[in-house]
Amino acid sequence: MELLAHFSHVVAVFLMVAGLYVVMARGNLIKKLVGLSVFQTSVYLLYIAPGKLIGGTAPILAPQYGLYSNPLPHVLILTAIVVGVATLALGLALAVRIREAYGSIEEDEIIAADNAAEEARP
Amino acid sequence: MTALHLAFLIPLLGALGIALAGRWPNLREGVTLATAALLFGTVLQLLEPVLAGARPELVLFELLPGLSIAFKVEPLGMLFGLIASGLWIVNSVYSIGYMRGNDEQHQTRFYVCFALSLASALAIAFAANLLTLFLFYEVLTLMTYPLVTHAGTDKARAGGRTYLAILMGTSILFLLPAVIYVWHVAGTTDFTAGGILPDGMDTGAVAVLLALFMFGTAKAALMPFHRWLPAAMVAPTPVSALLHAVAVVKAGVFSVVKIVVYVFGLDQLAGATDWLVAIAGFTIVAASVVALHADNLKRRLAYSTVSQLSYVILAAALLAPLSVIGAALHIAAHALGKITLFFAAGSIYTAAHKTEVSQLDGIGRRMPWTMAAFGIGALSMIGLPPAAGFISKWYLVSGAMSQGAWLALCVVLLSTLLNAAYFLPIVYRAFFRPLSADDEHHPHGEAPLPIVLALSFTAAGTLALFFFPDVPLALAQQLVKS
Amino acid sequence: MSLSAHLPALQVVLPLLSAPLAVLLRHGGFACAVVTAGAWAAFAAAVGLWLQAGEVGVVSYHIGSWAPPWGIEYRVDRLASFVLLLVSGTAAIVLPYSRASIEREIPREQHYLYYAMFGLCLAGLLGITITGDAFNIFVFLEISSLSTYVLIALGRDRRALAAAYRYLIMGTIGATFIVIGIGFLYLMTGTLNLADMAERLRDVESSRAVLAALAFLTVGISLKLALFPLHQWLPNAYTHAPSAVTAFLAATATKVSVYVLIRFWYSVFGESLVYVELPLPRIMLLLSLAAMFAASFTAIFQDNLKRLFAYSSVGQIGYITLGLSFDSIDGLTASIVHLFNHGVTKAALFLLIGGMVIGLAKSGTVPPAPTFDRLAGLAKRMPLTCFGIVIAGLSLIGVPGTAGFVSKWYLIVAALEKEQFWLVGAILLSSLLAVAYVWRFVEVAYFKPAAEGTTRREAPLGLLIPAWLLVIATIWFGLDTSFTVGTAAEAAQQLVRVGK
Repeated sequence: MELLAHFSHVVAVFLMVAGLYVVMARGNLIKKLVGLSVFQTSVYLLYIAPGKLIGGTAPILAPQYGLYSNPLPHVLILTAIVVGVATLALGLALAVRIREAYGSIEEDEIIAADNAAEEARP
Repeated sequence: MTALHLAFLIPLLGALGIALAGRWPNLREGVTLATAALLFGTVLQLLEPVLAGARPELVLFELLPGLSIAFKVEPLGMLFGLIASGLWIVNSVYSIGYMRGNDEQHQTRFYVCFALSLASALAIAFAANLLTLFLFYEVLTLMTYPLVTHAGTDKARAGGRTYLAILMGTSILFLLPAVIYVWHVAGTTDFTAGGILPDGMDTGAVAVLLALFMFGTAKAALMPFHRWLPAAMVAPTPVSALLHAVAVVKAGVFSVVKIVVYVFGLDQLAGATDWLVAIAGFTIVAASVVALHADNLKRRLAYSTVSQLSYVILAAALLAPLSVIGAALHIAAHALGKITLFFAAGSIYTAAHKTEVSQLDGIGRRMPWTMAAFGIGALSMIGLPPAAGFISKWYLVSGAMSQGAWLALCVVLLSTLLNAAYFLPIVYRAFFRPLSADDEHHPHGEAPLPIVLALSFTAAGTLALFFFPDVPLALAQQLVKS
Repeated sequence: MSLSAHLPALQVVLPLLSAPLAVLLRHGGFACAVVTAGAWAAFAAAVGLWLQAGEVGVVSYHIGSWAPPWGIEYRVDRLASFVLLLVSGTAAIVLPYSRASIEREIPREQHYLYYAMFGLCLAGLLGITITGDAFNIFVFLEISSLSTYVLIALGRDRRALAAAYRYLIMGTIGATFIVIGIGFLYLMTGTLNLADMAERLRDVESSRAVLAALAFLTVGISLKLALFPLHQWLPNAYTHAPSAVTAFLAATATKVSVYVLIRFWYSVFGESLVYVELPLPRIMLLLSLAAMFAASFTAIFQDNLKRLFAYSSVGQIGYITLGLSFDSIDGLTASIVHLFNHGVTKAALFLLIGGMVIGLAKSGTVPPAPTFDRLAGLAKRMPLTCFGIVIAGLSLIGVPGTAGFVSKWYLIVAALEKEQFWLVGAILLSSLLAVAYVWRFVEVAYFKPAAEGTTRREAPLGLLIPAWLLVIATIWFGLDTSFTVGTAAEAAQQLVRVGK
C-alpha cells in the first residue's frame, strides 16, 4: 500500500534509473540518447505529478471552479521539454556527424579508431 | 625622485637599453658599464644618510590589504646593496673580456638577465617586509635561471633543473608558509628591530618557524639543500662569480641574518638555535671535505662557498652581538674574496682552457697576476691576515667565545685547517711545480686585459677591506645596536 | 526610467539579441561585429552593475515589473557582479581574437553560426549569474550548455565531435540532476525565487527531501564544474575545441558553475545545512585534494599542450573547491579570488596557444595540434608567445607577482586559520606539480634545438594583442589586488552574512 501511495514517485524513480542505466551501459550513441531522454522524462513526471489534484481543473478564476491544479509545474516542464527536445536534436545531429567522420556509432569502435590514429602519428 | 627610486629604475632601464642595443655589441657593453656605474653611484648616495642614522623608505603599493611592496634601507641591506652594485661594475668589465674571449652565444640575453638579477638583488637588500623579500627572492631565482642554463646543453639543462627544483621547491614549500604564518600570528611582516613575533609564543612553534625560514632560504645553501650551488656552476664564469659568489648566495644569507635579527629578534631566539649551530657547523665541515676531493676548480670553489655561507648562518645562530657583526662583515669579506677566486678560475679557462686543479702545474709562471690574485682570495677564505676574511672570522670567534660556544669554535678551527688544505696546494702547484710536458707545446699567456684588471681590482679590494674596514664595520655595528 | 535602471536586463538581452541577428546577417564579418558589439555592451553593463552593487549592496530588478517571488527577479550582489565582469570581460577579449583565429580552424561558411553560438553561450552564462530564480538558472544553463556543445563540435579534428557528444551526455545528466534538486526545493517551499526559498527553508527544518535536493544539486553542479572525478568530459573538450572556444570556456564555463554552487550553498541552503547536516565539506576537501594532485600529476605526462593545461584546469578547480570546504570567510574569499584569477590566467594561456598553433601552420592549412614534438625551439620562433605562456604558467604555480600567488596566499591563510597545517603542506606540494608541467614546456620551447632554417615568425598581431592583454592582467592582478581581493572579500562577507 505504501508503495501504491507513492505510485508516481515509484514510476519516476524507475524511469530515472532505467534511463541512466541505458546511458551508461550501452555503447551505441543513439541508444545512449534514448536513455538520456527517458532519464529526462522521468523528471517531467516528478514535477508534474505533485501539481495535479484529482478533480482539479485548469486555474480559471470563476465561481464554479474551486479546485484547480498548480499551473506552475506545467509551465516549467513545458520549458524543460523544449530543452530536452533541443538536446536530443543536437545529440542526434552529433551522432550523424560522428558516423560521417568515423563510419560508426559504436563508442568502443570510435575509441579504437582514435587510439589507432594516435599510434599512427609519428 | 629619491635615490631609492633610482636604485630600482636604473637597472631596469639599463636592461631595456641593453636589449635595444643588442645589435651593436660595443654600445651594448657600454650601456651595461654605464648602468653599473650609475647604479653604484646611486647606492653610494644612500650610504651617508644611512650611516647618519636615516632610514630612507619607499612604499610602492599595497599588494594585499595591509601588506605593501615596500622598501626601507637599513644598515645590513645597505652593506649588501653596496657590495652587489659595486662588484657589478667590476664584474661587467670582467664579463666583457670573458664573453668575448670565449665567443659565447646569446650575449644580449646574458646582459639583460644580469641587469634584472641585480635589480632583484637590490630589491631584496632594501626590502622592508617579508612579503617584498619573498617576492624578489623568487624573481631573482627566475632571472638567474636563464643565466645558469646559458649554454643550452643537456648538462646546462640538467643543472638548471636542479637549480630551479631546489630553490623554488624550498621557497614554496618552506619559506612561503613561514611568511604567511608570521603574517597570521604577528599581523605584520615589517622588519622591525627586536623582532615582530608576539611575546610568549610557544617555543616549539618558534623552532619550527625558524627551521622553515632557514631551509626555505635555500639560497643560503644550508645542507641538505645545497646541491643547487654546484649544479649552477655550469653557468659562464661571470655568473658564477657575481651571482653564485655574491648576489644570489648573499641574498640567501642576508635574508637569514635579516630574519634572525628583525623577525625573531636575538632575544626571542635564545636557546632555540642550538640545532641550527649544529647543522651550520656540519655544513661547514662537510662541504670543506667535499671541496678537498673536488678536482674541478669551479666545483671546489662552489663547495667552498657552501661552507663559507654557513659561517654566516653559524654566526647569526650564535646570537651574540659580536658574532652578528661577524656575520655582516663576512658577507662583505667573502664576497670580495670569492669573486676574486672565480675571476681567477674563469681567467684560467679563458687563457688556457683548463678546468681541473690537477692541470694547473706551473701555471703561475704564465699567469702571475691571476694566480697572485687567487692566492690573496685563498688567504681571505682561510681567514689569514692581511685579507678581509680575517676580520670577520675574528668577530665570529669573539662572539662564539662570549657565548661559550665551544662546538662552534672547534668547527671554525677545523674548517680553517681544511680551507688551508684545499686552497694552498693549488697555489703551491701553480708556482712551484714544473709545467707538464704537454703544456710546453701550448703556449699561452695571461687572460685578456679586462679579466686581469677585474681580478686584480677585487684582490686589491680584499686587502683593502682588511686595512680599512670602517664603513662595513660601522654598518654592522648599527645593525646590532638597532 | 533611465538606462542605468535597466542594466540588469540589458546585461543579458543584448548578447541574447546579437545571436539571432548574427544568423540573419549570414555573413562572418557582420556577425562578428554584431556579437562583439553585444559582448562589449554586456561588459559595459557589467561595469555599471559592479559600480551599482558597490553602492547599494544588492541590485534587484523585476522582469516585466512583476514583483518577486511571483515574477522573475534579477539579483546582482557583490559576487554576481564580480562573475559578470569576468564572463563579459573574457568574451569582450576573446571575440575580437576569434576573427583571426577561426579563419583557419572553421570553414568560412560556418563563421556566422560560430558567432551566433558564441553570443548564445555568453547570454546563457550571464543569465545564470544574474538571475535570482532557480528554474531560470536551469534554462540559462541549458542555453549556454547547448551552444557550448556546438562550439566544441566546430573543432576541425573529428575527435571534437566525440568530445562534444560525451560532454553533451555528461552535461545533460548534470543539468537534469540540477532540475531534480530544484524540483525538490520547489516541492518543499513552493517558490522558485532563491531569496524567498532561503527564507522558507529556514522554517522547513531539515527534512530528507531538502537534503536530497542539496545532494542532487551538488552532484549536478559538480559535473558541470568538472570536480574530480566528474571531470572526464573536460580534457577532450578543451583539447579539440577551436582555440578561442577553449579559452572562453576555460575562463568562464566552469567558473560560472562554481558560482552556482556557491549561490546554492550560501544563499539558499545556508551554512547550517551544508556544513553541519551533510558531510559535504569533508567530501569536498577530499575531492579537491584528489583533483589538486591527481589531475596536476596527469598533466605532467600529457603530450599535447592544450590537454596538459586542460588537466591543469581540473587541478586548479580543486583549489577553488578547497576554499569552499573550509566554511570560513577567508576560505570563501580564496575561492572567489582564485575563480577570477584562474579564469584570467587560463584564458591568457589558451589564447596564446591558439596563436601558437596558427603560427605553426603553413599558410592556408589547418593548424596542427600543439604536441611537444612540434614545440622544440619554439621560443626562437615566437618569443612573445612563449614568454607569455611562461608568465601565465608562473601564475598557475603561484609565483609572487602573478595573480595565482594572491589566491594561494588566501588559501593558505584560510588553512592556517583552521589550524590545518598538513593542508598548507598539501597546497604547497601540489604547486610543485605545477612547476613540473610548466617547466616541461619551458625546457622544450627554450632549450630543445629548433629544426633547421626556422626564422622568427610570431603569431599574427590580432591574436597576440588580446592574449597579451590578459597576460598583463595576470601580472596586474598579482600586484594590485585592491579590485580582486577587495571585491571577493566583500562578496564573501555578504554571502556569509545572508547565509547565517
